[in-house]
Amino acid sequence: MTVALESAAARPGGGQGRGPGLLQRLKHGYQKYWYAYAMIAPVVVVLGVLVGYPLARGFYLTLTDANSLNSARTIGVNHIEATYQFIGLDNYKDILFGPTAYDRFWSHFLWTVVWTALCVFLHYTIGLGLALLLNRKMRGRTFYRLLLILPWAVPTFVTVFSWRIMLADSGVLNQMLGALHLPQPQWLEDSFWQRAAAIMVNTWCGVPFMMVSLLGGLQSIDSSLYEAAEMDGASAWQRFKYVTLPGLRSVSSTVVLLGIIWTFNQFAIIFLLFGRTSAPDAQILVTWAYYLGFGQQPREYAQAATYGVLLLSILTVFTSFYYRWLKRNDQLAL
Amino acid sequence: MSTTTLDTAASPAAPQAVAEAPRRVRRRGESSPLVRAVVHGLLVLASLIATAPVAWLIYLSLGPDKDDYLHPGAIAEKMTFSNYAFVLQHTNFFKWFESTMIVALGTTLLGVVFAATTGYAVSRMRFPGYRSLMWVLLLTQAFPIAVLIVPMYEIFSELGLIDTYGAVILVNCSTIVPYCAWLMKGYFDTIPVEIDEAGRVDGLTPFGTFLRLILPLARPGLAVAGFYSFITAFGEVAFASTFLLDDQKYTFAVGLQSFVSEHDAQWNYMAATAVLIAVPVAAFFYLVQKNLVTGLTAGGTKG
Repeated sequence: MTVALESAAARPGGGQGRGPGLLQRLKHGYQKYWYAYAMIAPVVVVLGVLVGYPLARGFYLTLTDANSLNSARTIGVNHIEATYQFIGLDNYKDILFGPTAYDRFWSHFLWTVVWTALCVFLHYTIGLGLALLLNRKMRGRTFYRLLLILPWAVPTFVTVFSWRIMLADSGVLNQMLGALHLPQPQWLEDSFWQRAAAIMVNTWCGVPFMMVSLLGGLQSIDSSLYEAAEMDGASAWQRFKYVTLPGLRSVSSTVVLLGIIWTFNQFAIIFLLFGRTSAPDAQILVTWAYYLGFGQQPREYAQAATYGVLLLSILTVFTSFYYRWLKRNDQLAL
Repeated sequence: MSTTTLDTAASPAAPQAVAEAPRRVRRRGESSPLVRAVVHGLLVLASLIATAPVAWLIYLSLGPDKDDYLHPGAIAEKMTFSNYAFVLQHTNFFKWFESTMIVALGTTLLGVVFAATTGYAVSRMRFPGYRSLMWVLLLTQAFPIAVLIVPMYEIFSELGLIDTYGAVILVNCSTIVPYCAWLMKGYFDTIPVEIDEAGRVDGLTPFGTFLRLILPLARPGLAVAGFYSFITAFGEVAFASTFLLDDQKYTFAVGLQSFVSEHDAQWNYMAATAVLIAVPVAAFFYLVQKNLVTGLTAGGTKG
């Protein structure tokens, strides 16, 4: 069945010019594919209603000056109609090039890029290191593995609070640093240390996923390759470079892509670590957009939606380039 | 027939493997004691870092005063379970549990149903619009919450859905369904097409093939999609914090925040609640993690 369908699917592109009439082709297509369309109909409807419509609506909001003072709202029994107005692309202009655009957008943009790059780098290197250690035959391997995935097993919203207690002024981390006569930074107040703390917590939370995925990749590398390399006199470093890394390539490119997307969109850690209103300097674009839309009074809906659309454009451009680059090198495992 | 050919093919290979095994084991165990000590040392250090925050939370939850986290040494002398008693008796803990379960299970059910049908369609059939559907599914996973949260808030306000579980379930589905569809596609790809064909030859309708033959075979894949949906919906913070207003309806992710406001931080109760939430979830995660891990990587590494 599938075979027939697949070969049929390849054809329409070529024979379009001199085929039967449009109506007949539609009918023919319906008869051939109705089942496939029936299967995907639910998801198309769901995505259309839950993603497509809000997306269009959000895009329209970016062209208005909507905030919580002029949007439709209900106070008690009174319903107030929306009074916001269409203002064209002014929001984009204001955010990207307006006065203080650097403080409002570009500084957060730069920090988001640094945050994503550093976090994914740390996730990947630490994850790979631990996966290599765990891939050795030794005693207690399963036990270590179980301990090491604990940050993944406990929900993020729980562990972030634990970090918040530990990082507080005169919390346990600073007490330990004090006992060692090291400086005790104000993790949750000083803007540089806020950023350091955010990266530290996110690294802690994200390493287990990388470790487990890369461990799976390591275990799928054929051990005869290592034996052959050893026979040819390859050193440990050469074996790592010429057998392990190429063997991990498809897993790596997939988890790095996922890691970049997840880290770029990471909301919970920064939101919970610093609370709803503090730490403006440590906010990445996602949490900053949320702060504009829901963390302040009046709520700037249009601004927040504009940030959202900008974020999505950045991610879409990045993902399609990455996807194409990997497709060309034939590396993506998706 | 196929069984016999498999048997004969396997039997000559078996003794070879047995003969090879001991040699390889010996050689692999060759690393020197120093290397082994370093490896264990690194792993112990990493395990300590991985477990310390959770262990610390458990320790602090035993201290009776809200400022005990500043003097952790004092807790050892006055350990008590009073925080747990307080949380279970005098807070909305069970209400929150109910909300969390409704949201997580609702999301799981919807997510798995939609993902299974879509995953099957994109795994088995090539139809016009296939590529764009796959691209949309991939891209939707990359949606930052900031894109959807504002318009969703508007739409839900108009529909009167703010402060209902339905709103949170629906929003959760927008991110979970596409991911699970990818996951299920990866799983369905591992089920041979010949089974579908046999079903069709024996007179099953296309839907019959899916429901009676493929779905039962795909149960492990469905389970993985279900676990993933459940764990993700359980830990969702942004939408639940925004759309749930009544503190009786909070999920755990929102409720836990309510212990710590700008004016008052009840760290001891927060810690006790956190432990009560974390223990069952972590236990569940450890029970299913083998499936989850293989499932996630299978979805990711199979085309």
